[in-house]
Amino acid sequence: MTTHVLALGTPWSGVPALVLPAFGQTAEMVGIVMAIVVLVGGPLGLLIFNTSPRGLAPQPRVNAVVSWFANLGRSLPFLVLMAAIIPFTQLVVGTTIGLKAAIIPMSLAGIPFFARLMENAIREVPRELLDVGVASGASRWQIIRSIQLTEGLPGIAAGLTLNMIAMIEYSAIAGAIGAGGLGYLAVNDGYEQFDGTIMISCIALLILVVQVIQFTGDRVVRSLLH
Amino acid sequence: MIEITGLTKRYGSHTVLDNIDFTVESGSIVAVVGRSGAGKSTLFRCVNLLERPTSGTVRVDGQELTHLSRGELRVARRAIGTVFQSANLLRRLTAAQNVALPLRFLGLTEEEIHKRVRELLDRVGMLHRANHYPGQLSGGQRQRIGIARGLATQPSVLLADEATSGLDPETTGSILRLLTGLRDDLAVTIVVITHEMDVVRSVADVVAHLDHGRIVEFGRVGDVVRRSDSTLSTALLPDQPAPRPPAGEVVWQLRYQEAAVDPSWLSRISRELDTDIALLSGLVETVGGDHAGRLTVRIGAHLAEDKVVHAFAAHGIHARMAQAAGELAGVPS
Ligand SMILES: Nc1ncnc2c1ncn2[C@@H]1O[C@H](COP(=O)(O)OP(=O)(O)O)[C@@H](O)[C@H]1O
Ligand SMILES: [Mg+2]
Repeated sequence: MTTHVLALGTPWSGVPALVLPAFGQTAEMVGIVMAIVVLVGGPLGLLIFNTSPRGLAPQPRVNAVVSWFANLGRSLPFLVLMAAIIPFTQLVVGTTIGLKAAIIPMSLAGIPFFARLMENAIREVPRELLDVGVASGASRWQIIRSIQLTEGLPGIAAGLTLNMIAMIEYSAIAGAIGAGGLGYLAVNDGYEQFDGTIMISCIALLILVVQVIQFTGDRVVRSLLH
Repeated sequence: MIEITGLTKRYGSHTVLDNIDFTVESGSIVAVVGRSGAGKSTLFRCVNLLERPTSGTVRVDGQELTHLSRGELRVARRAIGTVFQSANLLRRLTAAQNVALPLRFLGLTEEEIHKRVRELLDRVGMLHRANHYPGQLSGGQRQRIGIARGLATQPSVLLADEATSGLDPETTGSILRLLTGLRDDLAVTIVVITHEMDVVRSVADVVAHLDHGRIVEFGRVGDVVRRSDSTLSTALLPDQPAPRPPAGEVVWQLRYQEAAVDPSWLSRISRELDTDIALLSGLVETVGGDHAGRLTVRIGAHLAEDKVVHAFAAHGIHARMAQAAGELAGVPS
């Protein structure tokens, strides 16, 4: 049985040179993935809600199929999903390691997650408000834009916050396939090379980042509620 | 003008509206009354086809709505303004933005929208609250904004579901004046759904009583109020409770039976019967342009019943002895 003993490795003065690039990689990974997740997961969430019995265009079959896929994507632990789709990742980005390779499983996990958050945010918009749109002669698209997205915005912002924090977590797991970032640094240098300084720095920075995102997200949500 | 024929709405095996025929003339206000669950809101939602009728037809200004395509229906709905219970304002939009919504859907320019919104807010007396959010407005103010939004597309028909429910009498009064103003100035045809009889008495030209999905009573409010055998009439002008009469006296329930009753009837009948008439309680007002009244009076028991009945009838008043114990206050029934 091996025990890993954490010892202070890298001197504190050397920490920024290691941690800051890692932070940059995490930010890049999460940024790209969030853009994909919002662009694909957002419309998917609208589709799931609006094809449901309460939606603007109930389509039980479409709804069942799309919902099923969304649930499928969320039911696998991220690590398992990442491993399972390696051939697919290879096909799409031509590699199975590094930042590019991490983006595929992270997006595949993030899209259904955000779709559900989006669906919930839109579901919160009172049904009667959709009636206002229908009764005043709005098209479905106008109702989606002017009523569902407008009134659902605080919920959507809360969903984005939650989703972004989840993606930071996934980015750390994706570190295992050499994607880089804070999580990778913590596991690779901090844990495997017993470097306590790096471990502590990474943990502190991760906590700080998540707190800042949550705090900012809450503030944005509150400012969107009138 | 709204013409509804054979309108039936079923949810599964539950028939909510049962073969309703119903016409509202242009430029008039019709009140639809009925208990909770009678189907009032369903009727309201069937007129602008928010709910598709199971069978029957709905015509608004001559256009039959049930056969229209989705696109045609969108256009037709612009002629039907809708005011929802509790206003249904978008919380994240200001009063002005809420009113602008139907105009945005219509695709007007910002300039036109701005101009129309100001006119509409002015009409409902809310110009000074244009940039307030619904959360910053009172219930009555929200309802005014809801009415302004309902009028945005210059509809010929306005549907209002419980537009004054839960508002205090003063605010209710101001909303109702707003509605009569719309009828008189713009000749808007208005359907008011309500369970408040005060609302019916003060604004409606015509009243329809919906019960278990059927219209059980219908007519000009002035006429309905004078009906003797009508639950709606009693609801509109309730009999006034009377104190137990002293020995030798009888309490009579009176109801105006004609549209024009000479207001000096009390002294005249007193002279004709050569007796004192004690006025105990009463409500006399103008309903739908006609006189309407329900009163209780006390008269000496020595007078023959049919003599009293005839004396009142000669002045257009229906008189009935209050015999049932329950009709007299203070008597346990
Ligand atoms: N979407 C619906 N599905 C099933 N039943 C409904 C639906 N909408 C209304 N109902 C039923 O129709 C009846 C009349 O409802 P409603 O029109 O809201 O009555 P009111 O407005 O007079 O109180 C009620 O018994 C209600 O339960
Ligand atoms: Mg109702």
